[in-house]
Amino acid sequence: MPAPGSLVLPLCALILAPLLLGIVNRTKAVIAGRHGPPLLQPYWDIAKSLRRGAVYGEVTTWLLRLGPVGGLAALAAALLVMPFGGVGAPVSFSGDIIVLVGLLALGRFATVLAALDTGSSFEGMGASREVHFSALAEPALLLALATLARVTGSFALTPVYQAVAIGAWADALPTFALVGMTLLVILLVENTRIPVDDPTTHLELTMIHEVMVLDHSGPDFGLIQYAAALKVWILGALLAGLVVPVRSGSVWLDGAAMLVGMVLLAGVIGMIESAMARYRLVHVPQFIVGAATLSAVAFIIRLV
Amino acid sequence: MLEFTAAILLLAFGGMLAIVLYPRAGLCQLAGQTGAVLGSASGLVAALHVLVTGDAISLSSIWHMPGGSLQLEIDALSAFFLLPVFGLSIVTGLYGRSYFAGHRDIASAASWFHLNMLTATMALVIAARDGLLFLLAWETMALSPFFLVIFDDRKAAVRHAAWTYLVAAHLGTAFLLVLFVLLGTIAASSDFAAYGAALKDHQALRSSVFLLALIGFGVKAGIVPAHVWLPEAHPVAPSHASALMSGAMIKVGIYGLVRVLTLLGTPEPWWGWLLIGVGASSGVLGVLFALAQHDLKRLLAYHSVENIGIILLGIGIGVLGLAKGMPLLAVIGFASGFLHVLNHSIFKGLLFLGAGAVGRAAHSLELEELGGLLKRMPWTGTFFLIGAAAIVGLPPLNGFVSEFLLLYAGFLAVLQPAAAVAVAGLIVIVILGLIGGLAAACFAKAFGIVFLGSPRSAEASEAREVARPMRASMAVLALLCIAIGLGAPLAVASLAGVVAQVTGATVATASAQLAIVTRPLALAVSVFVFLIAVAALAWALRARRLAVASVRRGPVWGCGYLFPSPKMQYTASSFAQPLTTQFHLLIQNREAFVPPQGYFPAASSYASDSGDPALHLLFVPTFRWFDRVVTRLNVIQHGHIHVYILYVAATLIALLIWESL
Amino acid sequence: MSPLIETIHAVGLLTCFALLATSRIGACIRWLSFQGILFGMVPLIVHDDGLTARAMLLAGGNIALKGIVFPWLLLGLRARADFNREVQPFVSFVMSILCGILILALSVWLTQEMKPALAKAPFVMLDSSIFLIFIGLFLMISRRNALMQVIGFLVLENGIFVFGVITVVGTPLLVELGVLLDAFVGVFVMGIAIYHITREFGSMDVDRLTELRG
Repeated sequence: MPAPGSLVLPLCALILAPLLLGIVNRTKAVIAGRHGPPLLQPYWDIAKSLRRGAVYGEVTTWLLRLGPVGGLAALAAALLVMPFGGVGAPVSFSGDIIVLVGLLALGRFATVLAALDTGSSFEGMGASREVHFSALAEPALLLALATLARVTGSFALTPVYQAVAIGAWADALPTFALVGMTLLVILLVENTRIPVDDPTTHLELTMIHEVMVLDHSGPDFGLIQYAAALKVWILGALLAGLVVPVRSGSVWLDGAAMLVGMVLLAGVIGMIESAMARYRLVHVPQFIVGAATLSAVAFIIRLV
Repeated sequence: MLEFTAAILLLAFGGMLAIVLYPRAGLCQLAGQTGAVLGSASGLVAALHVLVTGDAISLSSIWHMPGGSLQLEIDALSAFFLLPVFGLSIVTGLYGRSYFAGHRDIASAASWFHLNMLTATMALVIAARDGLLFLLAWETMALSPFFLVIFDDRKAAVRHAAWTYLVAAHLGTAFLLVLFVLLGTIAASSDFAAYGAALKDHQALRSSVFLLALIGFGVKAGIVPAHVWLPEAHPVAPSHASALMSGAMIKVGIYGLVRVLTLLGTPEPWWGWLLIGVGASSGVLGVLFALAQHDLKRLLAYHSVENIGIILLGIGIGVLGLAKGMPLLAVIGFASGFLHVLNHSIFKGLLFLGAGAVGRAAHSLELEELGGLLKRMPWTGTFFLIGAAAIVGLPPLNGFVSEFLLLYAGFLAVLQPAAAVAVAGLIVIVILGLIGGLAAACFAKAFGIVFLGSPRSAEASEAREVARPMRASMAVLALLCIAIGLGAPLAVASLAGVVAQVTGATVATASAQLAIVTRPLALAVSVFVFLIAVAALAWALRARRLAVASVRRGPVWGCGYLFPSPKMQYTASSFAQPLTTQFHLLIQNREAFVPPQGYFPAASSYASDSGDPALHLLFVPTFRWFDRVVTRLNVIQHGHIHVYILYVAATLIALLIWESL
Repeated sequence: MSPLIETIHAVGLLTCFALLATSRIGACIRWLSFQGILFGMVPLIVHDDGLTARAMLLAGGNIALKGIVFPWLLLGLRARADFNREVQPFVSFVMSILCGILILALSVWLTQEMKPALAKAPFVMLDSSIFLIFIGLFLMISRRNALMQVIGFLVLENGIFVFGVITVVGTPLLVELGVLLDAFVGVFVMGIAIYHITREFGSMDVDRLTELRG
C-alpha cells in the first residue's frame, strides 16, 4: 500500500496538468506577437465541455462512450507509478516501466477503437495514422528507458530517476543527452504536437489526434481534453526528471525544481511549435526511427 | 494414469460413435460432443493432479512393436502442456455442436471423429516417453488436421490448402525421423531417459540434435519461414477445429522442442541466440503479414505465427540464462514462454471461436464485407474485444502478464555487465515493443472493421447473434483471460513446478526466484484495480452529468456530404496502408491502384493483396527447381511393366548374390 | 518322409518348366493349379511334428486357394476375353527353357551359400522355393499377356509360401495367413485391372499400357 503522503504527487499532477497546456499556448501566442489566452484557459475549456450536453452518432455503440473513460483511467493509473524527478511515486516496483508503457498502450487502444466506432472515414484516417506512429514510438520509448535502466542499474522508475543526479550526469553526459533527445521526440509524437501533428488545425486531412475525437462531445470531450493534458504531464515528467538533476533529498526542493523544469519544458514545446512547421506525414516515421537510433547509440556507448 | 487412459478411450470412442450414428444428426453430434467434453475433462483432471501434487504419473507396458515400448509419463512439463490441449478441447466441444447444427452430412460427423482423434493423439505425443511411440503418435496427430482442413473439399482452394499442410507436416516429420534415428543409434534404445544419458556421452552431437529438433518441431510450431502452411490450413477448417489447431497443436511443437532441450542438459549460448533470432523474426514478420490480410481467419493464423515468435523469445532468453549460468534469468525467461503458451491458447481459441461465430452469422469472413456487428452481435463482439485486447497485451488481461514477464527478463538481461547478454535483452525489449505496437494496429483494424461502424454488405446487416452454447464457450475463455490477468501473481507462482523441471533446479529454488517477480506483479495488479476503479468512477460521474444534460443522436460528421453510405467508411486495406507501405520490403504485398483522374473523377480503385513471401520467394522456386531436376529422371518411367519387374528381379538377384559373397 | 519330399521337389521343378514351355493359357492355368495342390501339401510333411492343426489349416487353405479358387477365377477371366488364348512371349519358348536351367543353377548355388543360416529344414525344398520365386518373376517379365502376369505372380507366391513354411518356425499363424490373404487380394486387384485393360485396349497386351504415359 502506498503511503498516504506519497499520494500528494498524483493529486498535484491531476490539478496542475492542464496548466502545462496553458503555458504552451501562451508561449506560442507571445512568440507570434499576440497576447494570447489566459494561462488557466484549459481549465475553463474542460469545465465548459463537462457542462454541456452530448450528441452521439447513430452508428455508435457503448465503445464510443467507454473510449474517453478508458483513456483517462489508464493515464490516471499511470500516475501511480510516475516519479517526479527526485520525488518518489506512490507505487514503485521493478518492472513498472512495463506497466507504464502498457497503460499508455491501453489508453491509445481505447481512443482508437472509439474513433473507429463512428464509422466515419475521418476518424478511420486518424486512427490509422495514430497506430502507425505509435507502433514506431513504443519501441523507441522502451529503448530510451532501457538505456536509462542500464546506466542507473535498476528498472523501477523511482530508483532510476532518483539516481539521475549531477554526479550521474557528469558520468554519463552523452548517454543522458541522447536519451533526453529521444524522450523529447517521443513527447512530441505521443502528444501529437508539431512537427508530427498540429493541434490547432482542424483540417481533417492533416490531423491525427484531433480527427480521432471529432465526434466526441460534451463530457466525453472534456474527459479527452483532460486526458491529453495528463499525457503531456506524464511524458513531460519523464523528460524533465532526466534533464533537471536536482536531487537534494528534500521532497519540497526536488518537487519545486521539477515544477520549474516542467514549466520550462512547456515553454520549450511552445517554442518548437512556433519555430517549426509540420512534417509531411511520410517523414514522420523517419523522425521517430531517427530518435530511436539516438537511444540505441547511447546504449551501445554504455555497453563496453 | 487411469484418468488419462480413460480420456484417450472416451475421445476415440466418442468420435467413432459419431461416425456410426451419422444418419441421426442430433445423436451423432451429441455422441461426438460428449466424447470430446468428457474425455477432455478426465484428461484435464489427470494433468491438474500432477501439477498440484508435483508427482509424475507413469505407465509402461509391453507393446508388440519391434524396437519400441509403451512408455507414457506425465510429469510437470507434460501436464502443463496438456492443459491447453484438454482445456481447449472441452471448449471447442461445447462450441462444435451448435456450429454444426443443421448439418446432416457425413463430413460433419467425420469431423467430430477427427477432432477427437486430434486431441487424443496430441495428448499421446505429450505423454510419450518412447521414441517410436512418439513418432507414431506424431504422425497420426499430423494426419487428423488434414481431414479437418479438407472439410469443404469441393473448393479447389481448400484442397490446395490441405495438401500444402500435409506436405509441410511431413517435411517437418522427416527431420524428426532423422533426429530420432540419430538418438536411437547412439542410445541403443528408444527410451527418452536412455537418450538423455547417451547425449551426455556424445557431446559433439548435441548441436546437431538441437538443430534437427528446432527445424522439425519448428515446422509444426510455425516459425518463419516454415510457417507457410498455417495461413493456408487454419482459415479453411471449421472454426473450432482452427481454434484447437492454433491453440493446441502448434504448442505441441514447442513442447517437443522443450523436451529435447531437457534431454540436452546445459545448453550452448548460441542456441539461445538462435532461438531469440528465430523468435524475433517470426514475431515481427508474423504480425506484418497479418497486417496485410483481409480475411479474418487468415489474419488470426498469421498472429499465431507472431505469438509463437514471442514464446520462442521467452524460451530463448531462458536458454541463454541457463547457458550463461544466470538462474533467475533462466527461470523468468522460461516462465514467460510457458505462460504465453497457456495464454495464447486461451485468447487465440477465443478469437477463432469468435471468428467462427461471425462467419456463421454474416456468411463471410472478408473484412471488407463486414461491419457494425457489435450492435447486432453484442456478446460475440464483447468477447472478441476481450480476446483482441488480450492478444495485444493490454493490461489488465492475461496477455500483458506473459509480456510483462518477458520484458522483465529482458530488463534483467540489460542490467547484466556482460555485453552479449545485455544486447540480447535489448533486442527482446525492442522487438516486443514493436510487435506490441503492430499487433495493436492489426487488431484495431480487425475489431474495428468487423464490429464497428456500419455494415458493408447486406448479409452483415442481417447478422444475428449466435446460439447460446457458442456464446457460453467464448464466455468461458474470456473469463479465463480476465482471471489470469487479475490473478497474475497466483498464475506465475503456479509455474514453479514446470520451470523447475526445465531449468534443472529444485521446485523450492524456482518458487523463490518466481517470488521475486510475483511481488511486482501483485503491485501491478493493484494498479490495475485502481484503473478499473477510476474508470468506474469516471463512468458514473459522466452518467450523472448526462442524466441532467441533453443527449441527442445525430449523424456523424461527413464533411457536409448529404448522402453518406457505408462504403465511405475506412476499409481494412486503407487502415493498414501506412504500415504496409512502410514495411513493403518485408511484406511484399501487391497493390493495384487506379488513381482518380481529371477534375471530376468518375471512378478509382485500390486493391492490395498479400501472398506469402516465404512461399513465393523460397518454397515455390525450390520446388520448381527440384521438379525440373527430377523430371529428367522420367526417362526411367517408360511404361513397360515387364521392364519394371525386370528391375525388381535384377535388384533381388544382385542383393542375394552380394549377400552370399 | 524324405522320398516324398524329393518327389514333390522333382515334380515341382517340372511344373515350372512346363509353365515356361506351354503356349496356351488354359494349359498354364491347369499346370498352376497342379503346382498349387502339390506345394500345398508341404506344411503337412516337412516338419517332424507331423499333422498339427496349424499345418492342416495352412495346407488346406493353400490347396483351396491356389489349387481351386485362383485357377477358377483365372479361367473365368480368360473366358471373358475370348481372343488371344496365346501366351505371347517376349522371350521364345526354347530360350525360356534355357533360361530356366540357368535359373535353377543360380538357385542351387544360392542355397549352398545360404545353408549355414538355416537351423533345421530339408534344404532341397529351399532350392525349390528360390527357384519358384525366380521363375515367377521371369514369367512376369517375359510374357505379354496380362493373365500370364497373374500366373507368374501366383508362382512367386507359391515360392514365398514354401520358403516361409520351411525356414520360419515359431511365427504367429497370423503372419502366414496374412501371406495368403495378400495373394488373394493381389489376384482380386489384378482381375479388376485386367478387366479394365481389355475394355480399354481390346487386348490383353500389357505393353499397350505405355499409351497411358503422361
